[in-house]
Amino acid sequence: MSGTFVGMPAFPTAAREALGDTQLRRNLAHATHVIRDKRAKVVAEVEDWEELRLAGAGVKEAALRDLATHLETLEASLVRAGATVHWARDAEEACAIVAQVTKAHGVDEVVKVKSMATAEIGLNEALEAEGIAAWETDLAELIVQLGDDLPSHILVPAIHRNRAEIREIFLRRMGDVGRPAPVDLTDEPAVLAAAARAHLREKFLRAKVAVSGANFAVAETGTLVVVESEGNGRMCLTLPEVLISVVGIEKVVATWADLDPLLRLLPRSSTGERMNPYTSTWSGVTPGDGPQEVHVVLLDNGRTRALADDVGRQALRCIRCSACLNVCPVYERVGGHAYGSVYPGPIGAILNPLLHGVSDEQTASLPYASSLCGACFEVCPVRIDIPSVLVDQRAAVVDSHRGDRVPKAEAVAMKAAAWAFSDSRRLAWAEKASGLGGRLLRRFGRTTLPGGRAAAGRLPGPAAGWTGARDLPAPPEESFRDWWDRTDGGRDGGAR
Amino acid sequence: MRIALQITCVNDAMFPDTGKAVVRLLRRLGVEVDFPREQTCCGQPMVNTGYLDEAVPVVRRFVDAFAGYDAIVTPSGSCAGSARHQHSIVAERSGDPALAAAVAETGPRTYELSEFLVDVLGVTDVGAYFPHRTTYHPTCHSLRMLGVGDRPTRLLEAVRGIELVDLPHATECCGFGGTFALKNADASIAMGADKARHVRDTGAEVLVAGDNSCLMHVGGMLSRQRAGVRVMHLAEVLASTEEDEG
Amino acid sequence: MSARDDILRGVRQALAGVSPAVEVPAAPRVPDRGDLVALFVERVEDYRAVVTRCAPDEVDQVVRDVLGSARAVVPPDLGLDLPGAVVDDVFTATELDAYDAVVTRAAVGIAETGTVVLDHQPDQGRRAITLVPDLHVCVVDGGQVVADVPDAIALLDPARPLTWISGPSATSDIELDRVEGVHGPRTLHVVLVG
Repeated sequence: MSGTFVGMPAFPTAAREALGDTQLRRNLAHATHVIRDKRAKVVAEVEDWEELRLAGAGVKEAALRDLATHLETLEASLVRAGATVHWARDAEEACAIVAQVTKAHGVDEVVKVKSMATAEIGLNEALEAEGIAAWETDLAELIVQLGDDLPSHILVPAIHRNRAEIREIFLRRMGDVGRPAPVDLTDEPAVLAAAARAHLREKFLRAKVAVSGANFAVAETGTLVVVESEGNGRMCLTLPEVLISVVGIEKVVATWADLDPLLRLLPRSSTGERMNPYTSTWSGVTPGDGPQEVHVVLLDNGRTRALADDVGRQALRCIRCSACLNVCPVYERVGGHAYGSVYPGPIGAILNPLLHGVSDEQTASLPYASSLCGACFEVCPVRIDIPSVLVDQRAAVVDSHRGDRVPKAEAVAMKAAAWAFSDSRRLAWAEKASGLGGRLLRRFGRTTLPGGRAAAGRLPGPAAGWTGARDLPAPPEESFRDWWDRTDGGRDGGAR
Repeated sequence: MRIALQITCVNDAMFPDTGKAVVRLLRRLGVEVDFPREQTCCGQPMVNTGYLDEAVPVVRRFVDAFAGYDAIVTPSGSCAGSARHQHSIVAERSGDPALAAAVAETGPRTYELSEFLVDVLGVTDVGAYFPHRTTYHPTCHSLRMLGVGDRPTRLLEAVRGIELVDLPHATECCGFGGTFALKNADASIAMGADKARHVRDTGAEVLVAGDNSCLMHVGGMLSRQRAGVRVMHLAEVLASTEEDEG
Repeated sequence: MSARDDILRGVRQALAGVSPAVEVPAAPRVPDRGDLVALFVERVEDYRAVVTRCAPDEVDQVVRDVLGSARAVVPPDLGLDLPGAVVDDVFTATELDAYDAVVTRAAVGIAETGTVVLDHQPDQGRRAITLVPDLHVCVVDGGQVVADVPDAIALLDPARPLTWISGPSATSDIELDRVEGVHGPRTLHVVLVG
């Protein structure tokens, strides 16, 4: 009942379409700036934020570097606490496990807490194919699901929708799947939230099986942690009889105390709050309280591939706060759909190729979906150096084409540039050629830059990409190196 | 102290006036720079596009050209960032320990112009005169890769006659991003359009930055929009004197 | 090979030659903020929760006043005299939905973040009772308030289910505009004793 990212075009094509949607751009600009400012305010309140980031990065990095040990410990702790542990190599195996457990209880519906792992594996679609309805209960996920839409943000999957659009979706679709929206529904956020509360309550009260992810999994204690805001998570984690949690293997931390820096970093980075409204932790089954049958599905789905990458491994530290999306100038203008994945933005631009490789054109376009401005690294609470990983993944893309029989034009150009840049005499000749081009432009160019320099307006051919919206200054007649030679570095009266 | 000017390929071919301004400015401050003729490019265009093998001979050229200098000064935050933070990646790719050793020498000695002025020469008032309403865009690599902080604005504030106005959303990327400007031209232009709008909102006559590549992008947009705002490299403003303006 | 063995083998292969030794710097502590209880109150109120401070001998009356005529469910060992309140008898979710309010104690209060943590001992009850009713009255003793998150983590037992509560339920899913009150209790009323 929702759309699919399958078949998405490469990023530049998808981005062009998104950039043409002025409503989308307004929605995104507003939302990203609001959350950016909130984050900046609560982060500024923490005197030792940088030390906290270092501690958070350290805790996650240490867990990753000894992951097999921690996974075995986690499994043992969970089993001791009464949980059933499953392992899934990929999306298909994980979905099959969830479907099988659900069917074993004879039900045809589950309620879901917002979870990136289950979105990643396409669980809802897989369950639907098995005749099981998966009800998303996070408000934004509900908006996406009811709108047959795709998520466009890690934290706020419906960030691309404004209140008027949400009202329309609720009025049109809620009645089809349960309690309808009230006919006098307005577009006030509080009224819309109340409609979601009423719509979902009947589903919470009758649900037998819930599906969640986890923000963290503590190896030594077998504790899973879900961080949320609305209380839909608590509903799912508490009321049903059976709880199935799909947890990426990179969610493990070693000890209970390791949660400290992470629980301080996540809410401030994510929703811009000192603490999110609700955090639930549970270790297996608690007799007489909450689900009495607890399943944990430990999911690989490309994570071991990413783990093997010495530069990219750090991406597995990600705690899905989405701060990098909110500050990204590309994300802000293009939105999440253009990335073609449930993981959009800067983290998606590295995580998708790391998890799945760069053999398809769409994934291979993602590492280039960045100006490398570095704003993402600056805000990342676990200090993932996203720009460095982007550059490294670009190298992976280039390397994957080194055996091509017909090299791409870009590869030819780069080889030519490398040839010219390997010897200053070659470069000097290239500059003389460009100086001649400049002379032509000065004669025929129709534009003059403020300050008097000649420039090219719209040009055809390979220059069109630049000159479509940007004038191009004409190359000067004399390069710097020629000037230096002619004037002895300006000492010969040529300082001008 | 032997000091070399790394002009950068973009400035060499497209913006020689910036290089002349650096020479003039440093000479006024009593510093003579060498211009090693063997220099070409820092290799950043290749590295940032993923062509690491292609960057190896370029980085080799860089370290050969600048070997033995105590300081390498460059009028580009981006190229200084490349030397300081990316050359080691290229050296590792080459598998050549000699290249790795060489970039470990040149990298830390490479200074962006404002760093060189403030940290090495210890000056903020360079004796410049520039009586224009001016706004400053901190380029991403100088800001986040190098951490030049407020050095450029301290230098600009000390310029006589200048009317320095704050640029709204100054720290947001202009959208240039090297080959990003071509590979993702639509996103790049959307970012540049917003930057150009913020520049126009300041009412400044001149937009100043420490990287001509970013200025070529924003300036190209401002020019297309007939905004009447001139773009200038920081070095050119700092080199200006009463004579120039007279 | 089982999925388990396959994954663990894959993980070990991925990390072959990678040193597991990572220096993990200690997380910094917040500086001394002075009066922790005052900070706690301020930060809880920041979430648009309601806070009433009272003396130990006033608690029963204060809670009775907060509840008014609301139908309240309470955990077995609440230890307050609340006429009309019904002790949780392992009610179903649907049965709990008929209650307007719940009154509990807490395990810990965190000043820096304005958080109360429940560890669901008998003075706080099962997780469900603090979730379904629309008003949660939470009685916190001043002596339970600690400075920051690490202090709470050190005191709490992970073997117990824990619920960390920072203000009423909320969402920012519509245009990042914060709205208090979605699925959990729409009103959180903290009664701070001492």
